Amino acid sequence: MQVRTDATPVTDAAPAPNGGSMIRKHALATRLWHWTNAVAIIVMLGSGFMILNAHPHLYWGDYGANFEQPWFRVAWVFEGGRIPGWLTIPSTYNLALARRWHLFFALVLAFALTAYMIAGLVNRHFQRDLAIRRAELAPAHLAHDVREHLALRFHDPARPGAYNILQKLSYVGVIFVALPLAILTGLTMSPGINAAAPWMLDLFGGRQSARSLHFIASIAIAAFLVVHLALVILAGPVNEVRSMITGRWRVPQEKQP
Amino acid sequence: MTILTRRALLGGLVAGAGGLVSGCDALGQDETFRSILFKGADWHQWTQRALTDRNALAREFRPEQMSPVFRTNGTRNPNTPTYNAQAATGFVDWRVQVDGLVARPQSFSIAQLLSMPQRAQITRHDCVEGWSAIGKWQGPRLATLLDAAGLSDRARYIVFHCADRYAGGRPYYESIDLVDAFHPQTILALGLNDQRLGVGHGAPVRLRVERQLGYKHAKYVERIEAVADLAPIHGGKGGLWEDIADYEWYAGI
Repeated sequence: MQVRTDATPVTDAAPAPNGGSMIRKHALATRLWHWTNAVAIIVMLGSGFMILNAHPHLYWGDYGANFEQPWFRVAWVFEGGRIPGWLTIPSTYNLALARRWHLFFALVLAFALTAYMIAGLVNRHFQRDLAIRRAELAPAHLAHDVREHLALRFHDPARPGAYNILQKLSYVGVIFVALPLAILTGLTMSPGINAAAPWMLDLFGGRQSARSLHFIASIAIAAFLVVHLALVILAGPVNEVRSMITGRWRVPQEKQP
Repeated sequence: MTILTRRALLGGLVAGAGGLVSGCDALGQDETFRSILFKGADWHQWTQRALTDRNALAREFRPEQMSPVFRTNGTRNPNTPTYNAQAATGFVDWRVQVDGLVARPQSFSIAQLLSMPQRAQITRHDCVEGWSAIGKWQGPRLATLLDAAGLSDRARYIVFHCADRYAGGRPYYESIDLVDAFHPQTILALGLNDQRLGVGHGAPVRLRVERQLGYKHAKYVERIEAVADLAPIHGGKGGLWEDIADYEWYAGI
């Protein structure tokens, strides 16, 4: 089993850029989507938490109300049984306004993701940067990448612009699993869509199951957001944020292990 | 490189979230912003109506799939002297008046509604709050009443005026467009789970409009009015919850 180490760079057509030099990292489509999506995600999480506060229990199956046994209660996590105001949009109880936020930004989220997916396939960003190679999933390689992360070394000096495997797995998980799951289960909670596309109810196991899966997807996205922000801060927030605005990223100086 | 402590990181994230939320609160009160935000529901309605079958039926379930208990919500008892007097006599004098833009305004007793062709359907009721309950509803199609009254070509909406009062004495009302009014599953329910409708569920008659959320399903219906425009009625937004709390008029989302 071949294990990539810093001493044995994988073959790459271009020579590795030197530490301190600027490289083009993010395409315009990626940058536009990133910031659109960032706003949409924050609004969707905040307004979604407020909507959950209206009936803070989750069930499996077609139906579920106060006489049924929920598998999850907000009261198990937060005293008072409501998600606190610093996490919700708006911050004080208002289901109607939260729905307005949620339904508007649902369209932003879904159409932006669709556009980004088309752009990512056309400009080959997905195939080039996010495609996971079999060797990268080898346990030794994964373990190596975890150790590198723990040592706060996030870039392979041989290919500093490339994503590491943990990055790839989390981006692929968010873009192709969690976000589409959130969007589709969200649609499955709409009674109008239920009538038009009853197969979606079957796919997710009923409306209350869709509601539960919607929550689980949103928690996965929230967890991604927290780790993502923490890693941006640890990797150098100025360079990282600038690269997502201008597209240009400074290759870090190589750290000695 | 500075290593951030977990406490500082967490504190920063919490402060950031707090700042975002208060910013969103300010935006949510801004009239211009709200007018844009509220367009979202129109776009959902337009997209649904454009891309989906307008006559698509809501799913109907088998008896064994029903909720063991169908909870009540909203007004559980109008509790006005008039209503209580009606309830005491089993609603024998209750009338559902059909008027507005119709050729033959008329009223129907509960006995007359029961003698019309009935539709029974086991459907899922979805509250805007998030819960769902499955029950069996039975009653005549709204279309039967509208056809009997002769709907005018100018009518665009059907308004349901109710006997219950809400939020400091405001009359409950709701409205739907003609797509939903003539939908095969849109009925005036007289029965739930093979029994006459109880007071908690809207006795003696409530609307079922199966492709929309629960607040559209007006209870204690006294009057059905065909109109061309919703603006002159009460708060002008087509329903009590729409008027007082800005819920979406189209609740198929």
